[in-house]
Amino acid sequence: MTAATAGAFHDGASRAAAPSDLPRLLPPVQGGKRPQDLAAHLARHGDLPYRDRIGTPASPGALIGVIEQSGLTGRGGAAFPVHRKLNAVLEAADRRRRTPVVIANGAESEPASDKDATLLWLAPHLVLDGLQLAAEALGADTAILVTHADRKHDVAGRVRQALQERLSLRLDRVPVQLAVAPARFLSGQETALVNHLGGGPSIPTFMPPRITERGLNGNPTLVQNVETLAHLALIARRGPRWFREVGTAAEPGSMLATIRRADGQPRISEVPLGQPLRYLLGDPQQTTPESAVLVGGYHGTWLPAAQAAGLTLDNRALERVGARVGAGIVISLPPDRCGLVETARVVRYLALESAGQCGPCLNGLPRIAAALVELATGRPRPQTVEDLQRWSGLVTGRGACHHPDGTARFVRSALVTFAAEADRHARGRCSAASTAPFLPIPAAAAQTEDDWT
Amino acid sequence: MSERLVVNPIDCKAHGACAELLPEMITLDEWGYPIVDPRPVPPSLERDARKAVNACPTLALRRLRTDDR
Repeated sequence: MTAATAGAFHDGASRAAAPSDLPRLLPPVQGGKRPQDLAAHLARHGDLPYRDRIGTPASPGALIGVIEQSGLTGRGGAAFPVHRKLNAVLEAADRRRRTPVVIANGAESEPASDKDATLLWLAPHLVLDGLQLAAEALGADTAILVTHADRKHDVAGRVRQALQERLSLRLDRVPVQLAVAPARFLSGQETALVNHLGGGPSIPTFMPPRITERGLNGNPTLVQNVETLAHLALIARRGPRWFREVGTAAEPGSMLATIRRADGQPRISEVPLGQPLRYLLGDPQQTTPESAVLVGGYHGTWLPAAQAAGLTLDNRALERVGARVGAGIVISLPPDRCGLVETARVVRYLALESAGQCGPCLNGLPRIAAALVELATGRPRPQTVEDLQRWSGLVTGRGACHHPDGTARFVRSALVTFAAEADRHARGRCSAASTAPFLPIPAAAAQTEDDWT
Repeated sequence: MSERLVVNPIDCKAHGACAELLPEMITLDEWGYPIVDPRPVPPSLERDARKAVNACPTLALRRLRTDDR
C-alpha cells in the first residue's frame, strides 16, 4: 500500500491547464516505479550548488535569500515560510554561539498520508541534497533524517543505501544520521521529534522555548519536512523564478498530494498549488448530495463533494471554507460509506493517540470519541451534538501541541457536512450500504510506555 | 510593562487554586482545568495575578511579559 506499490501517479498534474515541468520531485512517469540511484539523480538534476572551491557554502545568507524569493513554505502541513525558520535558527546560533542541528522530518505519522515515504523511496537523493544544503547554509554539524517506523517498504534501508552511494563520492560534508520515529500519530510533531531524538519519549513538549531557539541538546534546531527539503534542493539549483512558474502568486510551487478514491489505495501526485480539486476527486457522475471529501487528513476538514469540486488546492481558497491544505491529503468518501461512522472510527484513534499530557485533551477527546460513536451507531441522546460542539470548543487551543485543535476541526466539519446523515441516524436509519472500514487506521494502539519510544 | 498569564498545560494538574485567587481572569472548565483570559493583566489585578502564580502547586501558571512574543 505504500511507496513502490502505489508508485508515482501523475494524472492530476498532466491535466493541469498551465504548461509545466511536473513532476519535479518524483522521477518521470516512465521510470516512476524505480527508485533513482545517485547517477540518475545527478544526471537529471546536476551537482549540488552553493559550494565554493574550498568546500564551504558560498555564504549562509545567499541560499536563505533565494529561498525567501521563492516563497517556499513547509510541506509538512503548517505551510510556515521556510526562510523564516532558517533565519530564526541562524540568528539564535549566532546570538547563543551554538552550532545548529538540522532534522529532515520523514516521520509522516498521519496514517492517510503516503507522500513522504514515496518521495524517500523514489528520490532519496533530492531530500538528502536539501538536508545537506540546509545544514551547510546554517553551519550545522549535525544532520538527522527521521523516517516512520511502520511502513511496508524499508524506507530507512533505501535511504541508508543512498547514503552509501553518496559516501563513495564524498558528496556530504555534514554527516547524516538516520533515525526512526515510533508509529504514533504525534511522533512527527516537531517537539516530539526533538524529544525522541534527545532520548525521551516521542511526545510533544511545551513551548517556549521554540526549538529554533533551543532544540536538540539545547542547540538551535531546524526541523523541515522531507518534501520541503527536496524543493529547497531544486530551488538552490534552478532559482526562485523557476519555482514560481507553477502554483499561485501567494502560494508558489508544487506539492505532493496523497489522493484516495473509492478503492482506498493511496496515489501520490505532484500538483501545482492552486490545482482545482475536481481534477483530484473521483468521477463527478457518481457524486450524490451525501458525497463528501476530506481535505488535509485527520486534522483536516470534511467538505461536501459538490462544494469541494469548486475549490482549489491552496490555503487562500480553502481557508474561506474553514479548511487547509495540510500535508496534501485529499480523500473522496465512497458513496456507500457513512461519514459519521468513519469520523467516529478516526476520532477514537485520535483520542487513543493523545499523549495524555494536557488535561483538556486527556478529558475531552475520549468524551468526543464516545459521543461520536453514539451519533454513528444511531443512538444519540438529544444533547449529543451540543456536547460535541461544546467539547470541541473546550479543547481547542489548550494543549501543548495542536492535536486537540486539529481533532476538534475534524469533528466540527463532520457535524456540518454530515448533518443530514445525523438526522437520519436519529431516526434509526443510515444511508451507507457498506460497513467496511475505509479511512486507514494503524492496527495497534499504544499499550505501554515503550510504544512511545 | 504589561504582562499576560499562560498555563503550561502539561504541568497543570487541575488543582484550581488560580481560579480561586483570580476569578476575574481564570475560570475552570468542566474537568477543573483553567481557562485563562489571554488579554494583558490589568494593573488593578496584578497583585492577585502574582498571588495566583505563586499559589500554583505545579508551577504551571506563569507570567509572561507581553512583548515576549
